Amino acid sequence: MNERRLLVYWAGFTVILALLIVAPLALPEFWQRFLTEILIWGLLAMSSDILIGYTGMVSFGHSAFFGLGMYGAAAALVTTRPPNLWLALAYGLILAAAVAAFVAYFSTRLRDIYFAITTLIFSQIFYVIIFTSTAWTGGENGINFRRPAFAIPFLFSIRFTPAVMHWFVLGVVTLSYLLLRRITQSPFGMVLQSIRENEARTRAIGYAVERYKIVAVMLSGLFAGLAGVLYAIQNQFAAPDFVFFLVSGETVIYNVIGGIGTLIGPMVGAAFFLMLREAFSRFFTEYYLIPLGMIFIAMVIFMPRGLLGFARRWLNR
Amino acid sequence: MSIEAMVGDASVEPLARPAEEPLLKVDGVHTYYGKSHILDGVSLEVGRGEVVGLLGRNGVGKSTTLKAIAGLVHPSQGQVLFEGNSIVDLPPHRVARVGIAYVPEERRVFPLLTVLENLRTGLDRHGVAKAKKAELLDKVYAYFPVLAERRNQAGGTLSGGEQQMLAIARAMMLEPKIILLDEPTEGLMPRMVSQILEIVGALRGEGVAVLLVEQNVPLTLEACRRIYFIEKGAVRHHALASELQVNDPVIHQYLGV
Amino acid sequence: MEIPLDQILIQTINGIVTGMILALVASGLTLIFGIMDVVNFAHGELFMLGAYVGVLTLAATGDFWIALVVATLAIALLGALIYLTTLRPLIGRDPLTTILATFGVSLVLQNVALWQFGPVARKIEEPITGHFSLFYLDYPWYRLAIAGLAAAIIGALWLFLKFGTYGIWIRATTQDRVMAQAMGIPVPWVLTAVFAIGSGMAAASGVLFGPLVGVNSQMGTSWVLRAFIVVVVGGMGSLSGSIAAAIFISLLEAYASLWVSPAQAVIVSFVVLILTLLFRPTGLFVPTAR
Repeated sequence: MNERRLLVYWAGFTVILALLIVAPLALPEFWQRFLTEILIWGLLAMSSDILIGYTGMVSFGHSAFFGLGMYGAAAALVTTRPPNLWLALAYGLILAAAVAAFVAYFSTRLRDIYFAITTLIFSQIFYVIIFTSTAWTGGENGINFRRPAFAIPFLFSIRFTPAVMHWFVLGVVTLSYLLLRRITQSPFGMVLQSIRENEARTRAIGYAVERYKIVAVMLSGLFAGLAGVLYAIQNQFAAPDFVFFLVSGETVIYNVIGGIGTLIGPMVGAAFFLMLREAFSRFFTEYYLIPLGMIFIAMVIFMPRGLLGFARRWLNR
Repeated sequence: MSIEAMVGDASVEPLARPAEEPLLKVDGVHTYYGKSHILDGVSLEVGRGEVVGLLGRNGVGKSTTLKAIAGLVHPSQGQVLFEGNSIVDLPPHRVARVGIAYVPEERRVFPLLTVLENLRTGLDRHGVAKAKKAELLDKVYAYFPVLAERRNQAGGTLSGGEQQMLAIARAMMLEPKIILLDEPTEGLMPRMVSQILEIVGALRGEGVAVLLVEQNVPLTLEACRRIYFIEKGAVRHHALASELQVNDPVIHQYLGV
Repeated sequence: MEIPLDQILIQTINGIVTGMILALVASGLTLIFGIMDVVNFAHGELFMLGAYVGVLTLAATGDFWIALVVATLAIALLGALIYLTTLRPLIGRDPLTTILATFGVSLVLQNVALWQFGPVARKIEEPITGHFSLFYLDYPWYRLAIAGLAAAIIGALWLFLKFGTYGIWIRATTQDRVMAQAMGIPVPWVLTAVFAIGSGMAAASGVLFGPLVGVNSQMGTSWVLRAFIVVVVGGMGSLSGSIAAAIFISLLEAYASLWVSPAQAVIVSFVVLILTLLFRPTGLFVPTAR
């Protein structure tokens, strides 16, 4: 019974992966880039799911992790010649990790609503710092830079065409997903879920809940930062807008729409939201958030488990 | 089992007395808490002005029964009739207005409201004349002089016994037809216990019915006319208080450890 | 580095003025949180829409005070509507859902405003013109008037809560919702009314604040964040705490802007928040009686 389920799951996974691989060859450029962006936002949403869906910690701070990953990559790409992909990744991840450590410290001392509000305010702190440090960060206008080459020293060097970019992102996101899946299904992941279910009881059983929460935040922050790096490389600019708490809010929206605690759900949520946004902006131009916002509210009320919520148990075994 | 059958003397012809509808009738009530089946078909009755006891061990469903009557817990099955009308689907604030007052186990006076403000939560109702309100207040101060003394003190600063009195006084402000009393003597000094007994007697004197949940057997036997015994979520036995003694095997069966 | 005394005094007054408006916004927020555990993300938008209704009414009637009253009532009504449609269905569910729902509402309201009123800022004329000499500045009377009015509104709220049947109902429901119901208090209506009152207060703040800056669809966002900080620092659910915290934080920010730019002065409030959370998480200004 379990085996059959696993088979179905992996079959579905492979089919979707195959479709995503083939996509750049079949789609016109706009949609191709759109798809790549969906993957990146999906990664961000997945990282957020670790906290919201698995540990039960609602965070509005992901824009901080994402934004700093983005600026970290920007720093690397602007300061070194020629721009180096791996350096960008390194800078971005380190910066994101630093922020995550900062947030993690507070996460162990606050619960629920206080944690949510505090993470929100942290994103704003970083936003204000970045926005006003014009000399370092370009302030309101952000930083522009060139894409690095996809290069492994001594092996090869390719230019990042949209297609290559797409495959790179797909590769990174897929690996991230598999890694996160492995983690959530490990004993560690089980403890996280136990914390979500009943923190007091988990503590009573003897688990050092604080340590688990810290690791969860670091993990979540790292992958969010990774998404930020990918975004920077994909779009070749970094701007303070992405550190504004609205990004965190949208991330949480993807999570809720898609179904928390499923990893794939948030990715689907991101896709759903972004496609709706694309569709709505054709009809409603820049006011697309009005119908979209209303749909979101309706989903919160009537479909709280999200699009894939019903499949949560299934997707986690 | 109807009141007439219980209380009716064999020597009195049933036809000589008009059939009296019980004030409160609980009929086959089931409740769940998540998946736990808490009340498993509770049935009982309380007549006008009658003091009825509900005895049982911890956790058998006594408090839940009162909550179901008060509308704080919604039965999944069964009926609750008050003066012949179904109240089982009413929200708690309507149940209170219909004439059912609830005094919970933890007393739960409003901690940051003064004694007077606590009383006013029940006193300030539409359609009650100012004179009447003053009268009710005076009456309750007469019953509970210590509350009059402390009328501007915050509810949370009162002692346990004082809070119990406040909780009952507050309920009386609703001018209820029945008061649901959940373990009023719990945690009180013996001196206060006898005071509770007096209060219940006074309520009966006013014509207010009381459904008394307790674990204090002597008090219950003295205050109540009839007693229901609950075990595992249902009423298992029913007796007149006059027929029971403290050492009764029945008591041991339902309350013994 | 010497900062002249008169600048400090001027900033003190500025700090108090801003603080009073912040207090007005925050008290609505804390009232709502205290009674129904809802973090109202849309509060800033209610502030903003209040300002816009003020603009429209002012244009129609030419009277600022009528505009203030109309805006307050209109947005109070809107608040009740929002509560009934999006928050009441969520009673009993995970508190996260109310944050999300109100966040969604804020997105919708902000964009509706943008759609209806456009991106260009509108202006509300000061009802009280004229300045007085404050050291080297011509200080507008209106600013003092704002502080006074805000204080008056908060004072009225306090009186309402302290005396009067409905005030008791609200306080009882805040302290023990279940027992309030058991005492016959119509809690569902109390909750709706409180949300309406909170919304109305946000709207009033918006109208009062309108003449100081332009009225645009974004004006709510920064206020809601500062209001959250104030509510947390003041002790969630504590009215007096929020007021004290609002003034405290505004004063600190006002002083800070003697040294750094106003955009950066905002960091002061963030720092205060962090310190509060680390050392006195229940709130810096929670009165000892509680």
